Amino acid sequence: MKILVPIKRVVDYNVKVRPTSDGTDVDITNAKMSINPFCEIAVEEAVRLKEQGVATEVIVVSIGDAKCHEQLRAAMALGADRAIHIDAATNLEPLAIAKCLKALVDKEAPEIVLLGKQSIDGDNNQTGQMLAALWNVGQGTFASEVKIADGAAHVTREIDGGLQTLKLKLPAVITTDLRLNEPRYAKLPHIMKAKKKPLDTLTLDELGIDGATRVKLVKTAPPAQRQAGIKVADVDALIEKLKNEAKVIA
Amino acid sequence: MKTLVIAEHDNQQLKPATLNTLAAAAKLNQPIDILVAGANCGAVVSQAQAASGVTEVLVADSDYLTHQLPEDIAPIIQANIGDYTHVLAPATTTGKNLLPRVAALLDVQAISDIQNVLDANTFERPIYAGNVIATVESSDSIKVMTVRTTSFDPVAATGGSASTRTLEAGSASGLAEFVSEELAQSDRPELTAANIVISGGRGLGNGENFELLYTLADKLNGAVGASRAAVDAGFVPNDMQVGQTGKIVAPDLYIAVGISGAIQHLAGMKESKIIVAINKDEDAPIFQVADYGLVADLFDVIPELTSKL
Ligand SMILES: Cc1cc2nc3c(=O)[nH]c(=O)nc-3n(C[C@H](O)[C@H](O)[C@H](O)COP(=O)(O)OP(=O)(O)OC[C@H]3O[C@@H](n4cnc5c(N)ncnc54)[C@H](O)[C@@H]3O)c2cc1C
Ligand SMILES: Nc1ncnc2c1ncn2[C@@H]1O[C@H](COP(=O)(O)O)[C@@H](O)[C@H]1O
Repeated sequence: MKILVPIKRVVDYNVKVRPTSDGTDVDITNAKMSINPFCEIAVEEAVRLKEQGVATEVIVVSIGDAKCHEQLRAAMALGADRAIHIDAATNLEPLAIAKCLKALVDKEAPEIVLLGKQSIDGDNNQTGQMLAALWNVGQGTFASEVKIADGAAHVTREIDGGLQTLKLKLPAVITTDLRLNEPRYAKLPHIMKAKKKPLDTLTLDELGIDGATRVKLVKTAPPAQRQAGIKVADVDALIEKLKNEAKVIA
Repeated sequence: MKTLVIAEHDNQQLKPATLNTLAAAAKLNQPIDILVAGANCGAVVSQAQAASGVTEVLVADSDYLTHQLPEDIAPIIQANIGDYTHVLAPATTTGKNLLPRVAALLDVQAISDIQNVLDANTFERPIYAGNVIATVESSDSIKVMTVRTTSFDPVAATGGSASTRTLEAGSASGLAEFVSEELAQSDRPELTAANIVISGGRGLGNGENFELLYTLADKLNGAVGASRAAVDAGFVPNDMQVGQTGKIVAPDLYIAVGISGAIQHLAGMKESKIIVAINKDEDAPIFQVADYGLVADLFDVIPELTSKL
């Protein structure tokens, strides 16, 4: 079974991103870039499925400029077998990304596409669901457990009220939540080996995808800032403030 | 030009998040219909009819919709899109699961988590864990959007008298099958709707110690939340996680206990009216957003606070 894992190059989760001073974009000059944490979890899960003998090949794909080779190599150091770079603008929207992935699915015929549930830059949480619609397959989003058995994917999902388990016919789309696994660190020999693994590049034209923007970013602004408040000396002082100043308890 | 809101419900009860979503829809100033898709969900249909500002309730009531799988519901919305220009659902795990699938079927770019409606095409939404608020303008003919419920006060649950229209039933997609569900049972108010939320972090040390917070919460009629670290460590179940990738809350009072205040946690609670932080590290970043900070050992002050209230 082939597993396709789309990974996104994003600003590292430790960086606090701010709007540019002219309020038209976000300032990410010189920011540390990483694999989106949810995508890293997807890579780990796919590699584990390969180690268990369930998967035969793990292909990672990233859509963006050539800088994403860095993340593709990192994913191969974690155990992916080969990589595909789809050369495009870095701000392609989830619908266009999903269309690229659908075109790739038609070429590669994977049985599972394992994505992150959300990219931590745009916080969209859309691409997996969109791909599942375009491909007309089932979707197991926000997965905290994945089992492949009897030719189906059994996916436990993190939902607002607790957990839900679904059985998906294959092929299927699965998106990862944080608790699915804890990704490994790449070892040096694997990093060296990853440099020699195949990395192919495709263009949007080759895939027949129109990358036009449907939702334009017109303005960026910082969120309403909270004033840091005061420190209180003890519990009595806290209760007094909550009752008489903030009036949030009776 | 009409707006369609997707009702969130469990076949018995219309979830309050739907009322916040109706409030966002009202800002579009055009007639609002609501879709109730489920099985034996007559009670929900009545509640949707009574909700303020609804013109018509579209009803898809059929056994195969018991678990409301997006593989089954997205095609119903697509088939009935008619002259709806906006399709809205709450940004809950249910809405986030469904709406992108709908958008892709309609070939439009969805917009996640809107927190303000500027005009029919222009919306505000948080990006980068809420560190940036983006104003975005859609050129698609249909806007498919999830709504950040904490940003819109709910419309009244009663007073409306919408008509109903039964939709033609489809059949199960066969792509996905419901197996089981483990829903957390609690007598406390729901996290996203509570006026008071008390959240615990890694500082609690283990699951048993969360009892301290439950006791305090019961005294205040509050809900209990948690940081991701507390959930990951297995202290409490996942449905209690507050933050960028958990639930968004905005109560009148949020008490963060043994939580350091990582940006991903702040993303889920910094719209709260009053924030209290209890942490033994006086440099913990949580104090930068707290109205009242108490530098102390939680194991001393939580029992004291509980007994003095
Ligand atoms: C992609 C991604 C998404 C994430 N999403 C979320 C999310 O949605 N929500 C979330 O919360 N996190 C999220 N995180 C994790 C986040 O980065 C932090 O790791 C997490 O919030 C830390 O939890 P914590 O504050 O409980 O633990 P810690 O950072 O370990 O803090 C524990 C605090 O407890 C205090 N303490 C310890 N003992 C006591 C005591 N006896 N009395 C008083 N204080 C005490 C310590 O001083 C410390 O400040 C995410 C991370 C990533 C990478
Ligand atoms: N540019 C991209 N290249 C590869 N995968 C992507 C890209 N953008 C999004 N994805 C995938 O889609 C998931 C969800 O992203 P999003 O819908 O943007 O929140 C990510 O975790 C990735 O797995």
